[in-house]
Amino acid sequence: MKHRRRNRPIPPVWATFLLRLLCDAYLINELEDDLNQLFEQRVKSMGLRKARMRYIHDVLSLMRPSLLKVKSNSYPNPGYTGMLKNYIKIAFRNLAKNRTYSAINIFGLAVGMTTAILIGLWVWDEVSYNKSHKHYDRIARVMQHQTYNGVTNTTFATPLPMRAALQSEYANDFMYIASSSWTRDYVLSFGDKKISRKGNCVEPDFPLMFSLKMLRGTANSLASPTSALLSESVARALFGDDDPIDKIIRVDNKNHFKVAGVYEDLPHSTEFRDVSFLLPWRFFLEEEAWVKRSETNWGNNSFLLLVQIAPNTSFEQVSGKIANIKARHAKEEARFNPKAFLHPMSRWHLYSEWENGRPVRGRIQYVWLFGIIGAFVLLLACINFMNLATARSQKRAKEVGVRKVVGSRQSQLITQFFCESILMATISFILAFSLVQILLPLFNRIADKQIVFPWYNVQSWLLGVGFTLVTGLLAGSYPALYLSGFRPISVLKGTLRAGRFAALPRQTLVVFQFTVSVILVIGTLVVLRQIRHAKDRPIGFDRSGLLSVAINTADLQNNADALFQDLRQSGLAMYVSKSSSPTTEVWSNDASFSWPGKDPDQLGDLGTVGVTHGYGKTVGWQLKQGRDFSSDFSTDHLGMVINESAAKFMGLKDAVGKRIEWNNEHYTIIGVISDVITGSPFMPIQPTVFMLKEDWASFIHIRLNPMLNSQQAIGKLEGIFKKHNPGSPFEYKFASLEYDLKFSTEERIGTLSTMFSSLAIFISCLGLFGLTLFLAEQRQKEIGIRKVLGASIGSIWSMLSRDFVVLTLISCVIAIPIAFIIMRDWLEQYTYRTTLSWSIFATAILGALIVTLITVSFQAIKASLLNPVKTLHDT
Amino acid sequence: MKGTYLGEFEEVVLLAVAIRTGDAYGATVVDEIEQQMGRAVSLGSVHTALHRLQEKGLVKSEFGGATGERGGRSKRLYIVTSPGRRALEDIRQIRNQMWETIPEIAWS
Repeated sequence: MKHRRRNRPIPPVWATFLLRLLCDAYLINELEDDLNQLFEQRVKSMGLRKARMRYIHDVLSLMRPSLLKVKSNSYPNPGYTGMLKNYIKIAFRNLAKNRTYSAINIFGLAVGMTTAILIGLWVWDEVSYNKSHKHYDRIARVMQHQTYNGVTNTTFATPLPMRAALQSEYANDFMYIASSSWTRDYVLSFGDKKISRKGNCVEPDFPLMFSLKMLRGTANSLASPTSALLSESVARALFGDDDPIDKIIRVDNKNHFKVAGVYEDLPHSTEFRDVSFLLPWRFFLEEEAWVKRSETNWGNNSFLLLVQIAPNTSFEQVSGKIANIKARHAKEEARFNPKAFLHPMSRWHLYSEWENGRPVRGRIQYVWLFGIIGAFVLLLACINFMNLATARSQKRAKEVGVRKVVGSRQSQLITQFFCESILMATISFILAFSLVQILLPLFNRIADKQIVFPWYNVQSWLLGVGFTLVTGLLAGSYPALYLSGFRPISVLKGTLRAGRFAALPRQTLVVFQFTVSVILVIGTLVVLRQIRHAKDRPIGFDRSGLLSVAINTADLQNNADALFQDLRQSGLAMYVSKSSSPTTEVWSNDASFSWPGKDPDQLGDLGTVGVTHGYGKTVGWQLKQGRDFSSDFSTDHLGMVINESAAKFMGLKDAVGKRIEWNNEHYTIIGVISDVITGSPFMPIQPTVFMLKEDWASFIHIRLNPMLNSQQAIGKLEGIFKKHNPGSPFEYKFASLEYDLKFSTEERIGTLSTMFSSLAIFISCLGLFGLTLFLAEQRQKEIGIRKVLGASIGSIWSMLSRDFVVLTLISCVIAIPIAFIIMRDWLEQYTYRTTLSWSIFATAILGALIVTLITVSFQAIKASLLNPVKTLHDT
Repeated sequence: MKGTYLGEFEEVVLLAVAIRTGDAYGATVVDEIEQQMGRAVSLGSVHTALHRLQEKGLVKSEFGGATGERGGRSKRLYIVTSPGRRALEDIRQIRNQMWETIPEIAWS
């Protein structure tokens, strides 16, 4: 054999070489085979020399462009779509084979997506607030900056003459101008039906400006002082299915209005969502003497002024023109440097806070905050997916190797892995979608929203699908690009050793996850602590068993004495009294106070509350100095009780006995009380004075007898009120509930951030759980050998846990300064704020460590308990 | 002649593929043509013609069973497709038709 082979004729080597050099690789085998076969035949038939000549000739003849150009796509090459079926089949097999991983992956991703969808809906709702009105982009309210004591305040309360001035001087710039009263409760009645609803008195242009959808009647009927427009829900409540048009309703049991129209209820996400009916402005003018007086008073900033600008102008232009309108007309107001400007409707909801005349972050900061949190939670879920997939890559490395050997190109493998991740993302999306449906009512309640899932919005569906694809691509990118790059030879030989740094990307991602989670946890702790801090603040009055009733009818006004008599006699009430503001608010203030030793440049701006005898006992305020009002002293009608902040504001050490001048009257301070929290519990307390002003009263306060069950007491109270105030339903508010409402924004943030940070922790732990599961499985043999050599369960547990504990600690180190900066910033906006104490950070670190250890230990202990005989047994 | 134009050499290659049905690849086609026509053809021209025929859809290729002959490698075998067969029949028919219309006197 050897001998024969040596003498076997061979074709010219250089020609073969030339062929190999120039020809496309896949063609070479075929061509060489042909050449060799012909060569052998020709050696036999025409001799070696001729055969070699023909061989060379053939090789050269093959060097033609038409052959060299042919590319390998003449091979059977199933398209991407052709392989799709296979990819999906393999993906499903993989899912079914690794149930735990699949469940962790899909569930984690679904939770992340649910969060992101909910937040997305919330953000969308916030951003589209007020945009349901047709002309929202041309509507604005007139606002003013005014400077008192060096501080610029910004308010949307305007004086009435401003409306007239706008009309007479800049009529061309406005399409509509409408003044409005503030929204308040009215009692509406028709026949026997009595309901209490919120409404506004507005000028006739208001319904046109806000393009109210009229269901019956006409929108421009408010010119008459006796017609009213009702929303659909109010009309239904009063008239049922009857036609309300031209029926006469009674308001507050004294004024009569003819129903001139019914409009569709305003959507929940609009500024005027509480306004459920409209009364004519002219009625307001005629009914309330002070409004009439205000028509010429530039100093009384008490009205809402709404405008729709003309189509050929812009908010900036008009703001520029009207800026100095007040200073020009009212010289005595010019010292406050009043600047009028237009605040566009599209910005009312999210950009409505000013500090010293400059816009500051308003509600928009929460939109950003939650938007970012949503994105991060989703990112955490995607990281889980990537981490688990890369960790398990070694298991699938052989599959990649085989696929490559069989002819898969890298692009096909990438497609395969993307297919898998998109498939999983789709399953997650469907799951998330169902979760959103279940959770939406709960979420609406927590967030005070009425978000409806946008079923019929094509855009939102497109967004959903796009969102799934992006999530799939994002989640699958790392495994797709990483796994597909494996070299088949080393993979199949089993020499693919994860190097020292192979786990580095994975560890980085885990660190990132935990950093985000720890930041969220610290944020939540700070928010909760801040709420706690403000709640623990001494509130200065006793809110248990204290309730108040608004004086909104003439009956209540006139029969108050008889009512009080009955209340006291019934033994239901310990004390009753009246005041001009609710117990938790100060509704009016005045800047013309002066006192001994007052700096002439300082503005004597104090909150004013009118009270009746016994108010102090009713609310249970605490006297620091002096005494309460008493009917024993007839001089008390010129007496004042001030709060501590007022004493500090006026710079009076021994305030009692000091004389204060106001409205050309001389008052004497008779007592100083501890501060009562009014306004925001996070802000400093407004310096306030209390005076005996029976005629200011707009609220009745009742301190219930603590011996009685409040439920029963209220039932009896209702009877007494019905007797003296027959025309209206009995409506009361508990001071404690009113007070708790002050925390609603912060508590909402607290609840939401607790929710989100728990989700973030949950998702991170899910990922960690998956990773330990995998690592324990991978090191099964190692653990077996260690056990055989005498390692204890404890040492194996610590070996498996150590890495993760280190990662968690690194995350904490990164997270703490970031969280510190963010939260310090957040707290800055509250004057009355908690400190960022180290204990918050310590709690967060400890919490993170404990959670990590619990998650990891579960697998670590399970792995260390395995019988080494079983794990080492080669199957 | 309707349909695709078939060059003379292409026709010969197509015929050779038909003759060697089941065993038609580069070397055997070269061999067949050389035996039938007694003239030397280069492997390159045969391959070019085969590619062109494939592009025209007159032949198709598939990978045939491995034999010991080529070290166990499978080879690409060419098969005449039905359009290919029709093209051959068309040419033959046209030739026959033309033959028949040659007047007797032409040969005299």
